[in-house]
Formats: sequence, C-alpha cells, structure tokens
Amino acid sequence: MRIICPVKRVPDTAAEKKVTEDLTVDRDSVEAILNANDEWSIEEALRIKESRDDVEIVALCMGPDTAQQTVRKALSYGLDAAIQITDEAVAGSDAVATARVLAAALKDEEWDLIIMGNQSSDARSMLVPAMLAEFLDVPALTYAKRLAVGDDGSVEADRETAGGHETVQATLPAVVSVVEAINEPRYPNFKGIMAAKKKPLETKDLAAIGLSADDAGHAGSATKVLEATPKPPKEAGEKIEDDGTGQVGAKALVDFLVEKKFI
Amino acid sequence: MTDILVLVEHDAGTPKKISNQILTAAKAKGDGDVIAALFGAGAAEAADKVGEYGATKALVWEGAEADDYATEPKVAALQAAIEASGASIVLYAADPFVTDVVARCAVRVGGGVVADAVDLELEGDRMVATKAIFGGDMNSRCQVQGDRTQFVGVKANSFQAESSGGGAAEVTTLDVSLPESATRAKISDRVEAEASGRPEMTEAAIIVSGGRGLGNAEGFDLVGELADALGGAVGASRAATDAGWIPHNHQIGQTGKTVSPSLYVASGISGAIQHRAGMQTSQTIAVINKDAEAPIFSIADIGIVGDLYKVIPPLVEEINKRKG
Repeated sequence: MRIICPVKRVPDTAAEKKVTEDLTVDRDSVEAILNANDEWSIEEALRIKESRDDVEIVALCMGPDTAQQTVRKALSYGLDAAIQITDEAVAGSDAVATARVLAAALKDEEWDLIIMGNQSSDARSMLVPAMLAEFLDVPALTYAKRLAVGDDGSVEADRETAGGHETVQATLPAVVSVVEAINEPRYPNFKGIMAAKKKPLETKDLAAIGLSADDAGHAGSATKVLEATPKPPKEAGEKIEDDGTGQVGAKALVDFLVEKKFI
Repeated sequence: MTDILVLVEHDAGTPKKISNQILTAAKAKGDGDVIAALFGAGAAEAADKVGEYGATKALVWEGAEADDYATEPKVAALQAAIEASGASIVLYAADPFVTDVVARCAVRVGGGVVADAVDLELEGDRMVATKAIFGGDMNSRCQVQGDRTQFVGVKANSFQAESSGGGAAEVTTLDVSLPESATRAKISDRVEAEASGRPEMTEAAIIVSGGRGLGNAEGFDLVGELADALGGAVGASRAATDAGWIPHNHQIGQTGKTVSPSLYVASGISGAIQHRAGMQTSQTIAVINKDAEAPIFSIADIGIVGDLYKVIPPLVEEINKRKG
C-alpha cells in the first residue's frame, strides 16, 4: 500500500507576518515550519505502516525551493520518499489551485490513501482535502479522529462533529483529513534526522506534472485578495486585582457584564 | 439584479441560527432574490421558515442519501440548486462539514471559494468578503475572480438574524440526479454527546473557556456553571484538551476552532499566541487569571487578577440572582 502525506511549509504562528506587494504572505521574512496538523497525518500514516508490512509513505509538498527543509523534516519522522513541486508559478496559489497542483502531481503516481492535516495554520480554510478528493474523483473522509484501514481495502473513520462523531465507511483509494484528537505524534529521533538526508526526494516543476503556469499561482487561483491591512493592536481594558475572596473580582465582572448588556 | 443562493443548515426541520443570520445578510447586501437551498430530512419543514429571514424562494431536496452518505449527495444537490436558481453567488455557513460540500461543488462547477467571511459587500456582481487573516492580526478583503460561481462562507455571529417581515418563500422541489459516486462514503453511525442544553460552540454568542489554570477536569463543572448562567457554550485551550479534561472538539485555537462570539470569558488561560489565534476576534473579552503577567490580559476588555475558583462562584450566584 502506498500512502501519500501532503505537507505544507507555513510561517511560524508566533512570528510577525507581513504581506508582499501582491498581497500574499511574505514567506521570506518569517521563520517557516512544518504545518502542525501535518504531524498528526504523518503519525497516522506511520502507525499504519507499523501495523502491516507492505506500506510505503511518500510526502508531497508544493512550495518554493526552501520547502525542501520542510520535506526533509517530514522525512525525518520515518517517511520513505518525497515529491516536491517547486515552480515560480505556484506562488500565491489559493485552495483550488493548490488542490489542482497536488492532484496533478499524483496523476502518474500509484497511491491508495492520502492522509493530511485538516487545515494549515496559515490559511485555515479547511478546503484543500475535499477539493483534492474532488479533483482525484475519490471519497473524502475528513476531520477524522479515528482511522481504520482494513486488509480488504476498506477504510473507516470517525469524523469529529460539534458534539461527538459520525462514522463513515468507504473503499480505497480515498482522501482522509485528520484532527488533533486522532493521535499523539512522535518526535523525530537522531537516526531519523540523519536518514532523512538520504531519502529519495524528487523535485518537479509544473510542466513535469502536466500543468502550465496558468493552472497555478495567481493565474490559476479562483480567488483574489483585494486588500490586506494590519488590525490596530487592541488596547487592554481595566485590570482589577481581586482581594483573595473572589468578591471584588466577581463584582467588577458583574458590573462590566451589566454595562455591556450581557446580563 | 444579482440573486443570492443561501445553503441553509437545519436540524431536522428547524433552520440553524447561523443560517438565519446569513439569510438576513443576503437580503441586506443583495439586490435580487434570496433563494434558500435545503437538503435532507426535514428540509421542506425548514423551508417554511426561511421566508421570515428574507428568502423569497426555497429549493428543497429531501433525498434520504443526504443523511445516509457523507458530503457527496449534497454536492450533487447544491450543483442542481445552482443550476435551477441561476445564481452566481452562493453563501454558506462556515462550518467544517458544510465546507466539504462547498469545496467539492466549487471544483465540480469551476467556482471559487472565499472562506470565513465576517462581513460582505456586493460590488457590482461580485460578493466581496472581509475576513481575518493570520490569526486575527490582519484583515483582508477577498473575492472570487473571473466568470466563476462565487462561494462565500460566513462565520457565525457576523450578522444579526432579523425578521424581514416578509411572507413565506415559494418552495420548489429540486430534481437531483445522483451519480453513482455520490454514495461511496456511507455513514454507518452517529454518536452525539448527551444534550447539554448549551449552544454549539461555533455558533454561540457567548463562550466561557477554561485552560491549564483550572488544574483538573472538575474545573470544567465550574466553567459550565458560568456558561449556563450566561446562556453560553463551553470552550477550552489546548492545554485543557491535551490533559484530557474535556473533549478535543471544545478546543479553541490554532489547531482547534476559530470563534468570534460577542463575549469570550477566558478563565485560567494564559493566552499563548496559538490560543489567541482562535479567539482574538471576539467582540468583548473578559479574563480571570491568577497570574497578573499572563499575556491574555493584553487583549482583555476587562481583566480580573484572581483565583477563578474564588471569583466564579459569587459571579454565577450574582448573575443568577439578577436573572431572577
């Protein structure tokens, strides 16, 4: 079985973000990391690999040259190989363009299961897993907090809902997106980090996956950002020291909630 | 005239609050018909209630497949609704499962999607969405470009639901032909936690959240009491869900849900950037924390430096007393 783990290079949440002239994230100005949610999909793929003996896991990443760091990071967890789509024309891709590129990258690949984080920490749209499934014409089992893959090619997931879950069953090939509750990801060990440097990494441009510059980036995106403006920093309101009994704090809060008409 | 199609979510016949908000927004911002699309068991019953919030027409499909299979039957139904209505703008509730339906439909019909709008403006035939980006550090205005169907997701509580005073919407039953592929992901079970009587977190106007400072799972009983007194939902920081004190679906923050209620009460939450990214667009923020240096105070409209176990009980008592 061949599992694909799409991974994304994202700006560190803690870093101050800037936008470039074309209103996309200035990715050069901030420290970039492996998208946190991708650690759960990698972990889940590794658990499947450890539970049977026929599994190969391939990381798939669309990004600039520097995304290679992210791909190597993904490999360091114990993945087997990676495909990196790097092309000047992919910069600024929205969800539709990203899903189109990822789908095209898999057109000539053999794969059975795609496992990915339910969202990226920068865009947070949650659109790409379902869009990728649509481009590939396969079912999507999204927001999985439990995943079971049978020897018979069946796949079952508990999809997290507001108050519980719904169980969904399908047959491979399929796309699965996972939420944090699914597992506790491991850390890469030294052996893994060293081994990652030697794992096969194939870099392709858009032409190599049968796309043109019009299919990705701003040209291939269905959406456009008109304007991006920093929000003025919020001014902290009154800070009240409680007297240790709770009475002072409670009274201040009640007065505030009454004034704001919440009570 | 630009007609707007609104994908209405409903609980077995009752439209959800967020959908009433979106219908209200569609009527206020649009200049043509507001057409509601409703799918699944109870859709026809729910369709009788959308006129109140401004829908003039309703397209209904009650195929059992909508509730028996994940996502794809509704994708086919939404595509049919777009074709039947001729609308080029589709508004939907920015909720994970609905997002899946819209994402697949957008690819299928060659559309574009702007997710998580907090404000809308119709400019010509374009629906321009305002949304928070980078965890609320910046605002952006986005639109779907070119001659594409425009799908725009609207976050809960971005608009107030207001009765339009209009009559019932004209209801039409949609003819939906399902491709074989629509039934490839079967829903075999649904498990819902016991009804708490509290609003859903992503829809709630008031959220009371607890974090590491609670110290244990029982602390959420206290958080729940305050939430109930205020008529709100219970949220949590990652520290609390990681500790197993409350299920993960209550988690607010970068790896959980993003919320923007009218009132957010953070108790025992220090306010790491990952948590703030999920709640700092809340309209009013109240904080209770022992540590006067906690970063969450910097975005608080009111901050109480104190022990939440001391502050919350008299607070609940006073709120309940005032409610009579």
